[in-house]
Amino acid sequence: MSEPRDEAGEVGRALDTLLGTYPPGTTEPKEFWGAQFDAGLAWVDFPPGEGGLGVSPSLNELVSRRLGDADAPTWNRTANILGIGMGAGVLAAHGTREQRRRWLRPMFTMEEIWCQMFSEPGAGSDVASLATRAVRDGDEWIVNGQKTWTTLAHLATWGLLVTRTDPDQPKHRGMTYFVVDMRAEGVDVRPLHQITGEAEFNEVFFDDVRIPDDQRIDDVGAGWRVVMTTLMNERVAIGGRTVPRNSGMIGVAMETWNESGSGDVGTRRELARLWGEVEAMRLTTLRAAENMRTGVPGPEGATAKLAWASLNKEVTSFTVSMLGLEGALIPEGYTLEPTTYDTREVERVMSPQRAFLRARANSIEGGTSEIMRNILGERVLGLPGEPRVDKDLPWKDVPRG
Amino acid sequence: MLADTVRSFLEATVEMDSVREASLARGAIHRPAWEGLAELGVVGLHIPEAYGGAGYSFVETAIVFEELGRRVVPLPLLSCVLASAAILAAGTESQKARYLPPIASGGCIASLAVFESAHDLSPLATRAVPDGDGWRLSGTKRYVTDASRAEAFVVAATTGDGVGLFFVQAGADGVTVTPTPSLDATRPLGEVALDGALVSEDAYLGGAANGEALRSALDAGVVALAQEQAGGAQRCLEISVEHAKSRFQFGRAIGSFQAVKHMCADMLVAVEHAKSAAWHAARTLEDPEESPIAVPLAKSVCSDAYVYVAGEMIQILGGLGFTWEHDAHLYFKRAKSNSLLLGSVDSHRDRLSDAIGI
Ligand SMILES: Cc1cc2nc3c(=O)[nH]c(=O)nc-3n(C[C@H](O)[C@H](O)[C@H](O)COP(=O)(O)OP(=O)(O)OC[C@H]3O[C@@H](n4cnc5c(N)ncnc54)[C@H](O)[C@@H]3O)c2cc1C
Repeated sequence: MSEPRDEAGEVGRALDTLLGTYPPGTTEPKEFWGAQFDAGLAWVDFPPGEGGLGVSPSLNELVSRRLGDADAPTWNRTANILGIGMGAGVLAAHGTREQRRRWLRPMFTMEEIWCQMFSEPGAGSDVASLATRAVRDGDEWIVNGQKTWTTLAHLATWGLLVTRTDPDQPKHRGMTYFVVDMRAEGVDVRPLHQITGEAEFNEVFFDDVRIPDDQRIDDVGAGWRVVMTTLMNERVAIGGRTVPRNSGMIGVAMETWNESGSGDVGTRRELARLWGEVEAMRLTTLRAAENMRTGVPGPEGATAKLAWASLNKEVTSFTVSMLGLEGALIPEGYTLEPTTYDTREVERVMSPQRAFLRARANSIEGGTSEIMRNILGERVLGLPGEPRVDKDLPWKDVPRG
Repeated sequence: MLADTVRSFLEATVEMDSVREASLARGAIHRPAWEGLAELGVVGLHIPEAYGGAGYSFVETAIVFEELGRRVVPLPLLSCVLASAAILAAGTESQKARYLPPIASGGCIASLAVFESAHDLSPLATRAVPDGDGWRLSGTKRYVTDASRAEAFVVAATTGDGVGLFFVQAGADGVTVTPTPSLDATRPLGEVALDGALVSEDAYLGGAANGEALRSALDAGVVALAQEQAGGAQRCLEISVEHAKSRFQFGRAIGSFQAVKHMCADMLVAVEHAKSAAWHAARTLEDPEESPIAVPLAKSVCSDAYVYVAGEMIQILGGLGFTWEHDAHLYFKRAKSNSLLLGSVDSHRDRLSDAIGI
């Protein structure tokens, strides 16, 4: 009988080597991420050679803790969230080995930015009603249609794209999933400005765009399965990252309180209440990460997404109130600029006022809070679903208002 | 009647696109709306006829604010109400006769320069020192509404005998106005720095105890804001309900989902409460028994209601509600900003606690 594998020890040693050879303080982030990927520490559960070590996904927690302690750059996960947080999980579960070898490393090093194109003007919460068409033409597919709210499309090299390939099937069945070259002919990206003035997301138009069949993910007609994987990864990426205590907006709230010099008991107690909520959420995420047996997140990811969205909105609003009249100002002002990396790097570079505005999206992006509650109620708790008028009709016959 | 007139005037004059544009040009003012409202006599509604106004009670002004709130128009009416209420409460006959008519006609935009720190009315550091026949003012006022478009300010300063209110021309020597980027860009705030600015003896509003006059001016402002909050919240509810009826997902109107329907119902309750609290405060503003309760009540209820309803509106609109191109953010920013202006909600709850004897 062979020795049981000491997975934690293996990961620990790989981390020692990485941090010893590439001291974060003196290594360029891009070089560090490349080395991290090559050491199998990008996603430890992925196979060797594809950014992982083939060990339990629960050990990703160890990596993020050690890298955090060492002040290593980890902001690629936020800046390229649609790739690292979602695309990678999709490629792991549904991609081919060639696809993973081609796309994962430059994704992790941020040489190639990714975007995700699910939502359309007529298909938001109801993604499965999407209308962007892909038609097969030999070894290629020809795509026509429009996507919207596409975060970072203006910076992206690759896009995760879901299309309708069979309008006669019920809506969940006739979809096919692709990776599309965002610079391909016929792709037109137009900025959409948001509440802060910044253009973080875009509209994307497809006019006879050709996608080679080897950029299809999973089977023809299996798009919905891949969509579900993407969305579950997205929820975890948005709300479910394991983070150190006092990080993010609760840390900003604490600083704001400490700097205010206020002794107001009511405010302090309210801050402590919010801190407690955020900490309970953080511990829940840690517990979920430790219990994670497979790399594929389940519908429970909706818990983290739902809690994070409402707490982030509440904490940022409370922080602005703590600022008093200063909260009625916005230091950055409003300019209609496209997002660059710097502004997405970390929330902490934003003023609390701007973070407060940005937080409004948290309960919308990646699936609304109402949809999260439906998922928790129906898929986690097993409550009966709402009567559905659209599920079994052919896609083309569903009412669209 | 008045409400209908103002509403149809605003609907005809104010394109929401122009509101958005004005909000980018810092300190801009919606000129056609301002001139038209001035012509309708709206600016001086609460100012006695003897001083160029229409001589109504504050209720009429409140009606106007409810309508303005529905359209988040960048207009300096709140500033003019604050300044004129201060002059009315503190000025002598001759001061009122001199300073109020230009404000009442809309010809002179005036604002109230009181706050210095982010946290309410901590002791004022701005000082007024007698100098020859007049006074010299030094200090910096912050968070002054419409600072960069005001032609005059009523400035609160300590005189040695307590708070004094002074009428200061924006263009006077020693007065420097700097706009500050505001969360609600449709109501720009700014700094007014007074560096030994010299004003005449007559600029010292000497008709009444100035501390109380200041309080009553701020209370009038809170009541105006409360109406604006109620009107804004009402409009947010309408936008939400219209969207919930017309947006289809999963083959049905999203308003048919109980999650959305219940959100709208809760918003309706909040809006109704806000209107009641705002109206009660407007009607009792002159009542010394009730206004110490009604004013902070209005601030507390209407602030929470507007922030809540505007937030839920964005949620119901989904991605659309998060865009610059949609109107929703204008309301949302106005809601948060209003909750912070003219005394924090907490400070008003402290006043309320005192007033109700707890
Ligand atoms: C900042 C931001 C970034 C985004 N980035 C991306 C991206 O990169 N790629 C991408 O594909 N999409 C992206 N989105 C789009 C996002 O996924 C959608 O906005 C979201 O799924 C909601 O869709 P919708 O906006 O059409 O709203 P709708 O689906 O029209 O929803 C409107 C309202 O109805 C409610 N509702 C809908 N259905 C139900 C139901 N069954 N039960 C109860 N309530 C319901 C919703 O909760 C919401 O309150 C982004 C959105 C934002 C705000």
